[in-house]
Amino acid sequence: MLKTRVIPTLLWKDFGLVKGKGFDSWRRVGTVLPAIKVYNTRDVDELILLDITATAQEREPDYEAIRDFTAECSVPLTLGGGVNDLEVIRKLLYSGADKVAINSAAYARPQLITEAAQRFGSQCVVVSIDARRDAHGRYRCYRCCGQEDTGRELVAWAMEVESLGAGEILLTSIERDGSLQGYDVGMIRQVARAVNIPVIAAGGAGEASHFHQALVQGGANAVAAASVFHFTELTPEEVKQYLRERGIAVRNTLQRDAA
Amino acid sequence: MKVAILDYGMGNLGSVTRALEDCGAEVVLCTEGAALEGIGKVVLPGVGAFADGMAALRQRGLDRALGEYVAAGRGELLGICLGMQLLADWGLEGERTAGLGLIAGEVIRLQPGAGERVPHVGWNCVQRLSDDPLWQGIAEGTDFYFVHSYHFAVTRQKQAIARTPYCGEVISAVRSGRVYGVQFHPEKSSFPGRRLLQNFLSL
Repeated sequence: MLKTRVIPTLLWKDFGLVKGKGFDSWRRVGTVLPAIKVYNTRDVDELILLDITATAQEREPDYEAIRDFTAECSVPLTLGGGVNDLEVIRKLLYSGADKVAINSAAYARPQLITEAAQRFGSQCVVVSIDARRDAHGRYRCYRCCGQEDTGRELVAWAMEVESLGAGEILLTSIERDGSLQGYDVGMIRQVARAVNIPVIAAGGAGEASHFHQALVQGGANAVAAASVFHFTELTPEEVKQYLRERGIAVRNTLQRDAA
Repeated sequence: MKVAILDYGMGNLGSVTRALEDCGAEVVLCTEGAALEGIGKVVLPGVGAFADGMAALRQRGLDRALGEYVAAGRGELLGICLGMQLLADWGLEGERTAGLGLIAGEVIRLQPGAGERVPHVGWNCVQRLSDDPLWQGIAEGTDFYFVHSYHFAVTRQKQAIARTPYCGEVISAVRSGRVYGVQFHPEKSSFPGRRLLQNFLSL
């Protein structure tokens, strides 16, 4: 059967990896290439790498660096940041990305999702949605690394991106991001119920039980996390072991010689 | 060992190239049929839509070149993901489009059952339907990485060499003579994927 994925997320800023809280207060946590090598050796299910300054700096992704990263990665890799037209997507896929994550550009031009899905297939189009609650407790979507309120309501936008051709949704809670306090299960549940494409939950994981909550109570299809893997002892494999013991189908990590 | 990867503008050649090089192959990217001369292993990768894939192959004359390569028995062919689907007679993604017609069947959309979502994304088990050298050294039921919304409905059950339980059943590998196709991505399936590619190179 289809296995539930546990996905480490790497945030790439300038020359290194960072991790923040609430999309702010970035801390340096190392460099990209060694991190990818480690996760690849540990045989993680998948990796997400987001260039968090590409959009703000109005530049294209650094394809040369990306080719170096993908060369070291034998598991699926999603690339995000600065994905704002078909040519960028083509170059990312050509540089070895398996999927691309579109975020800010999708609000300005939702048709980009459709064009990308038609040209490259919806299976490689991940729409990344960053959301937080407003004063009335309703979830709204933010763009540009959580800086700009798009005025879009979360569930409506999630349904729209599905109808436009998105293959997956990467859903991040801005409030929970970096908090280690647990996923926003209510937010995940709203989106998971509203769409029929896979939903990857992100933002807030701090211990193994949080992943379980996002899957079982939230209905997420995959779980992504960053801080918990950077700042605590917990590894993706330990999370999978926890899930396995509770009856969730996860992939067995393979040893090189057993393959 | 020289391996030709067909480069027709559909997808992530980087991963496939790297994976084959890891397996010791010397990779040649082919954008035209003439480049297949003297080659005994061909890989047809690809992500994207069926109709676009066929149009891109035709535009470069690669459809005919592949047909001749297979008909003359010059070597093995491995289609990956969309590349496997293009081996079929017909694709029903968007408008009905003729495929390469190298393995009998049609490519149709996945119909999700209760609790299932489409695309089929992630690691899922590959259960073999026949003993094939492609599976050498790979444990039965090993997980490989899938990402697709359409699947290959084979006409001749014998040409299905592996299945994967999802949306009922997905035929996850096909074979007709020296033509192979896998729906999953061996180049993204970690160690088992590398082993499968090595097995292909050893055919």
